[in-house]
Amino acid sequence: MEKFNILEGIAAPMPLINIDTDMLIPKQFLKTIKRTGLGENLFFEMRYDQNGDEIKDFILNNEHYSKASIIVGGANFGCGSSREHAPWALKDFGIKCIISTSFADIFFNNCFKNGILPIVVSEDLHQRLLQDAEMETTSIMKIDLENQKIIRNNGDELDFEVDEFKKYCLLNGLDDIGLTLKSVEKISSFEKEYSDKYSWS
Amino acid sequence: MEAMVKGRTLYDKIWDNHLIQSENDTSLIYIDRHLVHEVTSPQAFEGLRESGRQVRAPNKTIAVPDHNVATTSDRLTNFGSEEGRIQLETLDKNARDFGIHYYSVDDIRQGIVHIIGPEQGWTLPGMTIVCGDSHTATHGAFGALAHGIGTSEVEHVLATQTLIQQKSKNMKVEVSGDVGNGVTAKDITLTIIGKTGTAGGTGHVIEYCGNAIESLSMEGRMTVCNMAIEGGARAGLIAPDQKTLDYVKGRPHSPKGEKWDKAVKFWKTLFSDPDAYFDKEIFLKAEDIAPVVTWGTSPEDVLPITDYVPSPDNFQGSKVEAAKRSLEYMGLRPGQKLQDIEVDAVFIGSCTNGRIEDLREVEKIVKGKKVKSGIRAMVVPGSGLVKKQAEEEGIANSLKEAGFDWRMPGCSMCLAMNPDQLLPEERCAATSNRNFEGRQGRGGRTHLMSPAMAAAAAITGRLTDVRDI
Repeated sequence: MEKFNILEGIAAPMPLINIDTDMLIPKQFLKTIKRTGLGENLFFEMRYDQNGDEIKDFILNNEHYSKASIIVGGANFGCGSSREHAPWALKDFGIKCIISTSFADIFFNNCFKNGILPIVVSEDLHQRLLQDAEMETTSIMKIDLENQKIIRNNGDELDFEVDEFKKYCLLNGLDDIGLTLKSVEKISSFEKEYSDKYSWS
Repeated sequence: MEAMVKGRTLYDKIWDNHLIQSENDTSLIYIDRHLVHEVTSPQAFEGLRESGRQVRAPNKTIAVPDHNVATTSDRLTNFGSEEGRIQLETLDKNARDFGIHYYSVDDIRQGIVHIIGPEQGWTLPGMTIVCGDSHTATHGAFGALAHGIGTSEVEHVLATQTLIQQKSKNMKVEVSGDVGNGVTAKDITLTIIGKTGTAGGTGHVIEYCGNAIESLSMEGRMTVCNMAIEGGARAGLIAPDQKTLDYVKGRPHSPKGEKWDKAVKFWKTLFSDPDAYFDKEIFLKAEDIAPVVTWGTSPEDVLPITDYVPSPDNFQGSKVEAAKRSLEYMGLRPGQKLQDIEVDAVFIGSCTNGRIEDLREVEKIVKGKKVKSGIRAMVVPGSGLVKKQAEEEGIANSLKEAGFDWRMPGCSMCLAMNPDQLLPEERCAATSNRNFEGRQGRGGRTHLMSPAMAAAAAITGRLTDVRDI
């Protein structure tokens, strides 16, 4: 996995609440057996009309925001289906960080597995960052994961929380499976004891 | 940390039983059952191959194609799309190469993964069950800790039979009393989501309890737990009781003989202690629950069928804009009577409501009647065995005579990955679980409801109070 440390980029405002993973990547694109190439279909139905032409007023079709690497999104971002195709599509498009007041559980986890940092902020900070994102001139933000700071265009530094283990994995681009397999002996002994006790399992 | 002597919830007990190690807030838990389907697994198996890893516990891993499969009778040769065919073929190859349990599309036991898990006895109380599908919460009806995972986690479970997790908080949803006429498990679960909101359960595992929950059949309990994810919860569960044991007993993969006795003894310890602590508690009275439908594009947009389409002004904050957008998408006006809304299609099926009991409910409503002319009404049984049973019970005939299209099992129009889709602006009464924009087909308009309510809509051609039928 790609390492995440400092990200500086354009933040696109998407204040709509309950942006679900069906919106992020509709089902017709789930037939792929690959992880790549989904970016052009990110937000497909909001982004393209029935003829396949770009819908002008959709934020990511705007020339400036089409280069966004951050989304400031509405509450309960990523709800619905567990499809990891959603973060794959975001990543493929170039989004590396999403800031919201809340995320759906599965999507939140899926982001970390793909080098995307989801940041939970308070309602108040969220409003400020949305306002920043809405103006092209202030829409460039810096995310410093190591120091857990969002640095606004005016230089303001805002702290954010992140789980330590997840941060460690992102900073170092670590693969979970490799880490878990370091405990393989522990797993084996647990498994043996467990299957003795719960023989039907 | 000082050890506190206090009662544990059902979730705490299952968690503790599966905890391999824990550091700070990050834990490694053991997984008893891993269910796999064709859409969220190909990249995980590819990952295993690339790193030369094996499936650690093939005997605990069960694969079945369901999301993508066609539901027409010629589906063994007609896949609906070339990409769909490749995906099915990939699952077939992965299942055989890695030696996991597999129900292929021509096996009568094939069906929606969350229907066949319980049906085949893979799902047992006290287990941890995962699947690359958010509706894995369904299995919580058996007192199992079951939840959806992403494809990276699918690969992790395949390789290690464990999952890295942070423990969720405990939430209790108690529904007391008796439900009224025409009120089903679907109405209960939708009403709960209407009350808590789609993020109300975020970060929590919900335990459903109270006599209205206990009175439900196992099928009804599965419907309730299935939609825990729509309330934002990681999982939903219900303590096992005699009904659970009766359902599980004699299934192909449930324990037999001495193992059964030992298992039952253990399963009887699976309940929340009286002094267990819940971080959040919600109480509902069953008599306050009516047959409901959704009006918007979020499962929290729930109202009793006797109500009216709300105005965005009824809401606050960011929900105002969301409601405006929903009404526009749904083609509805504030103040419109819900029962005046005409439908073009009816979909009965899905992991929420594709079980035999659901089909029996539909039959009760439609037997001897006709689907209103011009309405496309489709029934997709949840599994080959549900389909067979419904055919043996004469349900299939009643439904066909009424004018329903009787299909082969699969997820079908719940997520519309196969050719079963709504057309733009087509309005559907659906027994599935999500009314998101475009969920059942681009521009399609979904109203969620119980099987009985969907059946009633098929007969009258509009959203209908099942109590009037």
